[in-house]
Amino acid sequence: MIQTFFNPEIIVASWPIVRAGLLNTVLLSLLVVPLGLIGGLILALLASVKKPVVRWPLMVWVDFFRAFPPLVLLILLFAGLPFAGLELGGFICVGIAFFLNTGAYYGEILRAGIDSVPAGQIEAARSTGLSRLQAMTYVVLPQAVRNVLPDLLSNTLEVVKLTALGSVVAVPELLYQARQAQSLTYSPTPIVVAAIVYFLMLWPVVRLLSRLENRALARR
Amino acid sequence: MSSWSRFAETFLNAKVMHRYLPDILSGVVVTIELALLVVVTGIAAGLTLALLRSLGLRPLNWLIVGVVDLFRSLPPLVVIVLIYFGLPSAGLAPSGFASTWLSLAFVLMAFSEEIFWAGITAVDRGQWEAARSTGLTFGQTLTSVVLPQAFRLAIPPLTNRTIAITKGTALGTVVAVTEILGQASSAMSNSYNPSPLMMGAAAYLVLFFPVVVAARYIETRFAWKR
Repeated sequence: MIQTFFNPEIIVASWPIVRAGLLNTVLLSLLVVPLGLIGGLILALLASVKKPVVRWPLMVWVDFFRAFPPLVLLILLFAGLPFAGLELGGFICVGIAFFLNTGAYYGEILRAGIDSVPAGQIEAARSTGLSRLQAMTYVVLPQAVRNVLPDLLSNTLEVVKLTALGSVVAVPELLYQARQAQSLTYSPTPIVVAAIVYFLMLWPVVRLLSRLENRALARR
Repeated sequence: MSSWSRFAETFLNAKVMHRYLPDILSGVVVTIELALLVVVTGIAAGLTLALLRSLGLRPLNWLIVGVVDLFRSLPPLVVIVLIYFGLPSAGLAPSGFASTWLSLAFVLMAFSEEIFWAGITAVDRGQWEAARSTGLTFGQTLTSVVLPQAFRLAIPPLTNRTIAITKGTALGTVVAVTEILGQASSAMSNSYNPSPLMMGAAAYLVLFFPVVVAARYIETRFAWKR
């Protein structure tokens, strides 16, 4: 059993490949998390314009991406766009797909955060002479982010986990590299190693989250 | 040819769509089967774990928390690949369908256990004590006093999570499950035309968009009024 799933020689031999994947997963996450946050911020700011003309299309936009599997979106960009003469490469496709998909999720969270700040705060800020933008940046957003911090963190965890989709479009992240090593060594050990790496990397976040979530629920 | 008709000829080609419609529809059936299996078994397992955890047996609870944390930390695709490519080396060879079902059910189990457990612990201790002091047994207290409130708290986060995980059935295409995306991809490479992929995308929207809209309604309906 250990020889198959946790073979020391194979671990040593495949580690450089897996390690390169880990590095790319970290880099990819550092790219797609801010990208999704920017997308979400744009959506949330648009949603703070309380006009039906803006709100309804936004809701449809967000629900569209909540309904659409991210992998389908990724394949559509990666395998569909070349037929329109647009060949973007796996990496850029992942970037666009995450901007759209995770942006919608971050947008919902940030919108809830902005809604949780009492309107009186904006009115007070505006009456001191701050512009709408200033009131938003200095008064509303800091409180909004604080109010939904557990949700933001939870979504960020999901985004990092989602980077494993990159393996489908040949982005050499952790899972892709592990599968390469698996086919080189004919052993499942590299995939087990990759799973352990994911677990060690993300487990602290999961622990923190379940404490935050329990506390938030207990407070109701 | 205008650019629109060129676009339509490529992406919405009627002949190709007609030819591969049966394939996509059979993919829809597989996706629905897989999704229902995942939802039912995942949530049932999650609820079972949460109930076991409420018994308050230390070693058992550590085990439950360990399993839950594991499946919350691992990307679902990694679990699928691990089961599908790993288990054959241990003499078991689950099909792609079984691998995807098991993986997603484990992940949903982990998330729903957390949600149910949070709901159970959110019910005030005093209610437990009051119920027990009126002569209800532990089981009666749990089912008639605590769980109804816990479910109510659990429903909004649970619907969200369930949708997100059920969409993961598309991951099955990586292990050769003939669900919508798998059918659409192979039809695309057979016809060298992206129209089947567009059909697949449309099929996902038809399946999941109503669910998302319903979830939005449920969220507001069950939102805890303070």
